[in-house]
Amino acid sequence: MTALLPTPQTPTPQDPTTQDRVKIPKRRRPTAASVALYGLVVVISVIYLFPFVIQLATAFKSDADAASNALSLVPSPFTFSAFQELFTRSDFPLWTTNSFFITICVTIGRVFFDSLAGYALARLRFRGRGAVFAAVIAVMAVPSVVLLIPKFLVVNQLGIYDSYAGMILPLLADAAGVFIMKNFFESIPRSVEEAARIDGAGTFRIYWSVVLPMARPALVTLVILSFQGSWNELAHFVVSRSDPDLNTLTTGVAALAAGSLGQGTQYPLKLAAALLMTIPVALLFFAFQRQIMATAEGAVKE
Amino acid sequence: MAQPRRRRSSTHNQETIAGWLFTAPVLIVLGLFLAIPVGMAAWVSLSDWNGNGSPFSSDVSFIGADNYSALVAGGGLVTQDFGTALRNNVWYVLLVVPIQTALSLGLAILVGRRALKGRGFFRTALYFPSVTSSVAITVVFLFLFGASGAVNGLLAKLSIDGPNWFNDPRGVVHLLLGAVGVDQPPAALADSGMLGVSWWEWLSGPSVAMSTFIILAIFTTSGTFMLLFIAALQNIPGEVEEAAMVDGASAWQRFFQVTLPQLRPTLFTVLTLGLIGTWQVFDQIYVGTQGGPGKTTVTPAYLSYTASFESQRWGQGAAIAFILFAIIVFFAIIQRAALKDSDTVSRRRRMLPARPSAPVESKQS
Repeated sequence: MTALLPTPQTPTPQDPTTQDRVKIPKRRRPTAASVALYGLVVVISVIYLFPFVIQLATAFKSDADAASNALSLVPSPFTFSAFQELFTRSDFPLWTTNSFFITICVTIGRVFFDSLAGYALARLRFRGRGAVFAAVIAVMAVPSVVLLIPKFLVVNQLGIYDSYAGMILPLLADAAGVFIMKNFFESIPRSVEEAARIDGAGTFRIYWSVVLPMARPALVTLVILSFQGSWNELAHFVVSRSDPDLNTLTTGVAALAAGSLGQGTQYPLKLAAALLMTIPVALLFFAFQRQIMATAEGAVKE
Repeated sequence: MAQPRRRRSSTHNQETIAGWLFTAPVLIVLGLFLAIPVGMAAWVSLSDWNGNGSPFSSDVSFIGADNYSALVAGGGLVTQDFGTALRNNVWYVLLVVPIQTALSLGLAILVGRRALKGRGFFRTALYFPSVTSSVAITVVFLFLFGASGAVNGLLAKLSIDGPNWFNDPRGVVHLLLGAVGVDQPPAALADSGMLGVSWWEWLSGPSVAMSTFIILAIFTTSGTFMLLFIAALQNIPGEVEEAAMVDGASAWQRFFQVTLPQLRPTLFTVLTLGLIGTWQVFDQIYVGTQGGPGKTTVTPAYLSYTASFESQRWGQGAAIAFILFAIIVFFAIIQRAALKDSDTVSRRRRMLPARPSAPVESKQS
């Protein structure tokens, strides 16, 4: 409370500093401290980027060079042999195709189903709505690792083990996505729909051609989350298939890391594979950077 | 009079049908691949199913809680493996959660300042590790922390002989004790223990290999949590801190007595997410070490996988999953209780000092 009163008379031990602060509106003055802080931020950022820079450099090295000069950022000799080997001796192209196919199916399915359910939970009054919502929340609380064996059991029982269906269907709905869409639809004013309803539009029509186009920001968020989640998914593909022809990039590269392409460390090969599989997510990340940052920050306001 | 009422009830019916139709796909998928599986796994954890045929066939029998008791009280190798997995994961949680929380808060304070030039770039750099796949980043770490990898190359420049990180089963606490001359366990710690693991082994600390996974986890999660803290810091009204500043509070005092109490909700979110996440380590272990060296990187999640898919002890695998679930729920409830408590505390606190106009503003925004 005293803070609101002018303070010149208060005798404090650090009189000079307080006066300083009162006189100069504490804007800027590149002090030694702020330069040091800036330096610290730069150093930390370099540490965080360093692994990726090393990865990039090593992917173009020869095996011998990678083993003897792990720290060097300049490949000598500069070679594409890791990539050549990856594309000729492993099934890397097949893994990539599988990953894209599965990721695209999962993303489309999730965005459609999650937004449908989110709309119903936000707008439609129907008996059982509370129960449905409670079920969705309960599901969000179950940790995914706990479901590894259970998912395998059902996939196996349904006879879709070792098939695209078994890899895709269980990933099709995620409770968090329903939650995001519900929250977003609740923020859209009802009056928009009323107008369409008076014009005689049905519920699906209103959802599809009135509300959904307005939900673009939330849909983009959902696309990013679904794409990233299914592209990076490992555990589910470990338990839902064993056929090498169904390997995705995650399971394929994991097998590479365990040495499926012969002995030796083969670091350039493994790092090249890891580098290539990061590119789609990295592109998505840089394209929608603001959106992603905002999504992560928005989580705090729930 | 009659007409509008009829219309209302017909739209009501329509909405009920539409509501169920709209939520049906999600409900079917969640039911089929979540609710039913959990039920099946519960049955398997109480049965002697060995992975052949259907778990509901007539040659599979109900064996009660045998799988659970074999894990926690059997005394054999199964118990010892489970105890070791718990030991490994407890150390992992104990180190990752506080460090990632403190680090992400520190980073948020560093790059959250509006005066910082190029803060967009810095945030991107710090957040990028969080979006890459766990497989890719583990492969990178396998190289960085390899015997002749980049980290040991750096250490060699400081004339330190780096360990063979991912192949070193020695416990860090044991190593520290060894450095001060304690390399034999006192009899009290060696002779008794819990879950088939002696107290001396419980106190070994994470192995060097596990420490590498700890570094990996901190590296990949601190960016996400940093963003949460940045958002929370931006929501703190500046006046309170300015007031404290005028009152002559030092930067430390301002941080611990003004900023930190207001960050409490976010702090608890980060701690809860951290706890839930760290009890579920699977991908990194699967790609990196498969539980080795000397089982020091086996976690309950990974053990549940190997027990089922490799050793065909499905009942035990499912039982481990349920115990893990119980552990996570237990910590989530504790966190929740603490969060509720802190909520009332911070509300009370907020009412005391300068907050007369703030609530109105925040409601409008």
